[in-house]
Amino acid sequence: MKDEWVNMRLAYGQALVELGRTHPDVVVLSADVSNSDHSYMFEEAFPDRFFNVGIAEQCLVDVAVGLASSGKIPLANTFSFLFATRALEMVRTHLCYGRANVKLVGAYSGLSDSFDGPTHHSITDIAIMRSLPNMTVVIPSDPVSLRKLLPQVVEWQGPVFMRLTRNDAPVLFDEDCSPRIGEAVVLRQGMDLTLVGTGMMLERCLKAADVLSKDGIESGVIETHTIKPLDTQCILEAARETGAIVTVEEHSIIGGLGAAVAEVVTGSYPVPVRRVGIADQFAETGSHKDLLENYGMSLKDILQAAREALAAQKSIRNGPCEEPKT
Amino acid sequence: MHHYPEELVKELAVKAQQFRIQVLKMICDSQSGHLGGALSCAEIVTCLYFQHMKVDPSRPDWPERDRLLFSKGHACAMLYTALAHKGFFPVEELTTFRKFRSRLQGHPEPAKTPGVEVVAGPLGHGIAIGIGMAMAGRIPTSQKPSAMSAPTAMASTYRVYILIGDGEINAGVIWEGAMAAAKFRLGNLTAILDYNGIQQTGATADVMPTEPVADKWASFGWHVQEIHGHNVLEILTALDRADEVHARPSIIIARTTKGKGVSFMEYDNRWHGMVPTEAQYEQALRELEEGLR
Repeated sequence: MKDEWVNMRLAYGQALVELGRTHPDVVVLSADVSNSDHSYMFEEAFPDRFFNVGIAEQCLVDVAVGLASSGKIPLANTFSFLFATRALEMVRTHLCYGRANVKLVGAYSGLSDSFDGPTHHSITDIAIMRSLPNMTVVIPSDPVSLRKLLPQVVEWQGPVFMRLTRNDAPVLFDEDCSPRIGEAVVLRQGMDLTLVGTGMMLERCLKAADVLSKDGIESGVIETHTIKPLDTQCILEAARETGAIVTVEEHSIIGGLGAAVAEVVTGSYPVPVRRVGIADQFAETGSHKDLLENYGMSLKDILQAAREALAAQKSIRNGPCEEPKT
Repeated sequence: MHHYPEELVKELAVKAQQFRIQVLKMICDSQSGHLGGALSCAEIVTCLYFQHMKVDPSRPDWPERDRLLFSKGHACAMLYTALAHKGFFPVEELTTFRKFRSRLQGHPEPAKTPGVEVVAGPLGHGIAIGIGMAMAGRIPTSQKPSAMSAPTAMASTYRVYILIGDGEINAGVIWEGAMAAAKFRLGNLTAILDYNGIQQTGATADVMPTEPVADKWASFGWHVQEIHGHNVLEILTALDRADEVHARPSIIIARTTKGKGVSFMEYDNRWHGMVPTEAQYEQALRELEEGLR
């Protein structure tokens, strides 16, 4: 892992401009937060293909639906929680049921808009979006994969929810990486358990694997940049090979990556799964770092979940205690 | 302004009344559907599909077609009737309305029904979706334009029509769209408000007062016309006039009667979603057929 951190909003703005050059049918819409999410960079480069509909998220999604129905590829931009809550009926009815080819780019996801507090935190968006038929959910974890996944999001047939962080992200991937929507990425092999991470939590998974390795525990690390459709084959292989899984996400432990992985594992190859994320509660104002440390997503939390998963695995492998003979 | 000969006006009025009869039969046959709001928009829908709009039933996806967004989706029995008679799908298929495995879903679904432009049902979407369609008509496309395309990038190759209900304008997103359509100067967009004065639980004036409705739209920057919504000549003339409005959206407030043509259904909110008994069906049919003469 390089020790280089890049602002993901800037990376998004730059990737958008690049996209505008190669994809003439791409149009970008905003609900008046373009200087927050950096979609203003697209506006500067392609003013005729950028529309600010004002602070009106339902209108934002519906206007995008109209553009898509006439052959444009709209990228609608606002804060992640607003797509998942205020504009949800538009998303369900027209993107998911109506299969409108609209791409939603959810900014400031997870706890990353930390100082704005729980009104602006987005900790249920994965669960909500993932539950909708026909929706695809993509979460880039670093600026390189963001740049590589964005054109795929645009070329993907059907609606996509892409979830981005507000803050700096570590550069985890080399330029020659080739992430594909729907395919998980194995970053590290390990025999004892598997850490499955997404978004900003991937870096912590890699760190946790280093720490565990010093204790003689070899853990694999898998990145699921696509939560839906989930790479079930990769998850099931990990379940078979390592026998225990820890999921790590900047999201509620209800309904997100952890739930998606548990659904697959319990259905086909049950092994212990422990979910790291925020418990079923709202957080508070503070630095992003403070919130992650204190609301269940610290390195320590991952390590503890790993040890619990290993203990559960061991008790299953040893089998139940024999009944005393009478 | 076009001149419309008397025979044409009469022909369209008769067609609208025949469509009412068809809608009554469909809803009684499937024992499910929304009569009142379908009967109120008969002339509007007929004028759009059989005179005013540029559509081609053999090419429902023709990029340069005019579009009707049937935003008051619950009244779709009338939309399906017009589409079938226009030739988008067989008229016989209308008997499958709201039945299992039918292409004619309870509310419009474009992937299933040829000629339907957009999913509708939850109310309020039409204006904002229409904005996107109208915008797309003005953006140069990456594909090579056909011989019929307008020569300038900003001239739209098609027009967007949106049929909304008066109860529907209770929804906030309608007014988000009303502001945005004016901001983007969408002269290629015309909304038609089927102002029948009744919504599910009572009179529009009681449930959520909307008057002065013309002033509201005018103050949002729209070109406004008010017409008698069952008068074919007034509808045709208003549509022509709306087409001539440049650089701002247009709305035609069509004063109509909910349940139009059936005495016991008119102005009665119970007929928003009720299905007639056999005796009521017979009487309704008799009255509608009398209206043909």
